Amino acid sequence: MWTRLAHPGHFLRWTQPVMPWLAALSGLLLAAGLYLTWFVVPPDYQQGETVRIMYIHVPAAWLGVFFYGAMALSALGTLVWRHPLADVAQRAAAPIGAAFTLICLVTGSLWGKPMWGTYWVWDARLTSMLVLFLIYCGIIALWRTIEDPNRAARAIAILTLVGAVNLPIIKFSVNWWSTLHQPASIMRMGGSAIDPSMLYPLLEMILAFTLLGVTLHLAAMRTEILRRRVRTLTIREAERLDAGAVPARGPSTAPSPIGQAIQGL
Amino acid sequence: MNLGTHAGYILGAYAFTALVVAGLIVHALRDHRAQKRALAGLQDGAGERP
Repeated sequence: MWTRLAHPGHFLRWTQPVMPWLAALSGLLLAAGLYLTWFVVPPDYQQGETVRIMYIHVPAAWLGVFFYGAMALSALGTLVWRHPLADVAQRAAAPIGAAFTLICLVTGSLWGKPMWGTYWVWDARLTSMLVLFLIYCGIIALWRTIEDPNRAARAIAILTLVGAVNLPIIKFSVNWWSTLHQPASIMRMGGSAIDPSMLYPLLEMILAFTLLGVTLHLAAMRTEILRRRVRTLTIREAERLDAGAVPARGPSTAPSPIGQAIQGL
Repeated sequence: MNLGTHAGYILGAYAFTALVVAGLIVHALRDHRAQKRALAGLQDGAGERP
């Protein structure tokens, strides 16, 4: 069943009716989360109103790491099973992950200035998040450098897996080194350190951001499949034109229906 | 709501997030439409070919 759902043609078919529902649900959850964040959540006893930045900073950080994890799994799918949809998933995830990592860095910086007195410090957590953003940028740049997506897939899959070493460093940096960034406060031994009046709205925002990210990712995957079909058909058309002004009518050069043109992609 | 002396930082963080998320959504929609148009163009070309 998984193989059937993951076939690019089937993927386009089953995601089409799902997309509007996912988009609507994401919008609804985001609206509810923003309402809680701005009108229900109390100010923090130490940080005051600036704690409201947490409700976008933490979900963005989570998504930056989440999408890189998803890319690492997709890289395994590319290298081990050579599944075309794995590469599509990886390529579609990179810009979204990079965007959320950037949001995390900028909102963290804007939160740091009033709380720490500085926009930036070369702290282990901040630096490892910056490294994650740079890895994302490197992967996106490499994709643009290699024109053939099949050739690019293997090189980028290897780079992605190498970069995955950074994920545990991000997670445990606050435990391994003495950092200005606070230690883990949601997922930690002994339960969350955040009061429920702030924790539940934060979890709601994390859920809303995750659903938004997944919706954007599925949409980007659908577009990437179309892009590869366009590319293959364009090459086929160019080859047909190269073959001569009078098109050959043999079975090998007859144009196939678009729907069957690229079964792989 | 009174955001106090740090209002600029809070509003700036939300504004930047809104800008990036809106950019992601607009780019996703425009890119999808562009690829669909290109595919339809190729499909028409293949259909009209003698």
